[in-house]
Amino acid sequence: MQLLNTLYVTLPDSYLRLDNDTLRVVDEDKETRLRVPLHHLQAVVCFGHVGLSAGLMHRLAEGGIALVLLDMNGRFKARLEGETTGNVLLRRAQHRALDDPAFTLQAARAIVAGKLRNQRHVLLRGARDTKDETDRQLLARAAKDLAASQRAVPGAADLDTLRGVEGEAARTYFAGLNRLVRADQRAHFTMDGRTRRPPRDRMNALLSFLYAMWMNDCRSACETAGLDPQLGLLHALRPGRAALALDLMEEFRPLADRLALTLVNRAQLSEADFETREGGAVLLCGDARKAVVTAYQERKKDLLTHPLLAESIPVGLVPLVQARLLARHLRGEAAGYVPFQMR
Amino acid sequence: MLVIVCYNVNTEDRAGRRRLRRVAKVCESTGQRVQKSVFECQVTLAQMEDLERRLLAEVDLKTDCLRLYRMADSRGCEVREFGKFKATDFEDPLVL
Repeated sequence: MQLLNTLYVTLPDSYLRLDNDTLRVVDEDKETRLRVPLHHLQAVVCFGHVGLSAGLMHRLAEGGIALVLLDMNGRFKARLEGETTGNVLLRRAQHRALDDPAFTLQAARAIVAGKLRNQRHVLLRGARDTKDETDRQLLARAAKDLAASQRAVPGAADLDTLRGVEGEAARTYFAGLNRLVRADQRAHFTMDGRTRRPPRDRMNALLSFLYAMWMNDCRSACETAGLDPQLGLLHALRPGRAALALDLMEEFRPLADRLALTLVNRAQLSEADFETREGGAVLLCGDARKAVVTAYQERKKDLLTHPLLAESIPVGLVPLVQARLLARHLRGEAAGYVPFQMR
Repeated sequence: MLVIVCYNVNTEDRAGRRRLRRVAKVCESTGQRVQKSVFECQVTLAQMEDLERRLLAEVDLKTDCLRLYRMADSRGCEVREFGKFKATDFEDPLVL
């Protein structure tokens, strides 16, 4: 498996065309900004008003390169995939597995447990690193509350109870997350719980943006593994919602949170990188968006040891590995799904 | 691995100029032009074989010459670059 690159185009009014098996990005003044041979790419992600030639769309579909259209703020609009290459037998197994409530609940529990463990890891690590005594105590207490939620997971009798446990834990966790922001940045980057559609403060705006990036990759991972991304276990089925991709993403949210904290704490982002719209929506500005995407792409290249495979792989490939593990479980080849564990 | 493709195509006649254009096209589809007839291609072994086959189909070996250099993977240490042209590393984040 090779980690192929993703091209992100945030340049307004640019145009992408196919030029002899190479993707060429032309800006509004008809200047060529970049040429990339297609064999380097796994996906092309366009933000806002970016044009594409029909020839390029056909070639991307043919080459199995995903084309994702997002609005300026990273919200999902559309996705172009070629002929569905997934495995029909696997999708059938997936549908069958979902008809079994006990199976679904078991898998959903594993997903929530994985997320809680990673969230707790973020808080504990913050508690270890902080020099402030009150912060340490607050973080340790939040971690303890999360541990209590973790213990409640196996006892959750149905999906709604499980979602309740998850929501409760999320409140604790996001309150704790505030304590991980550098003291002098806290005035600008404190969040009052998670808000979305639209995000109402800077931290939420940043998180929403990063989650959107992860979501794209998780969805691609589902497709690559041959799974139906809309058929979720924990997330309720809703037309158009990639519920399985959302399920797969749960365990990676804390990774996105950590990256957000790094960006803020290293002052790679400042309060000036955000704008507030009428009605209270807070959004990332143009250049900051680019900085966040670049940081995200860099992060995906970092190597880590996958606990289950005991093998060193880039972060960007972990969703793919997890999607395959999930597929094995759905097919009945593995007894349970083991979410990815942060170290 | 990194493959460096260099070529000389005899352009005295029209057929030669056509060959030059076509060779350049094949190279462009796989890598990036770093000098007038020098391309750098980051490819797998299979892609290199494919590239070689496609190039050989274009050149006329009686008048032209073609060299492919295979560089061992030492990520980022193969090339030192100077001057006004800056190549794109296709494995770095591609954000525009």
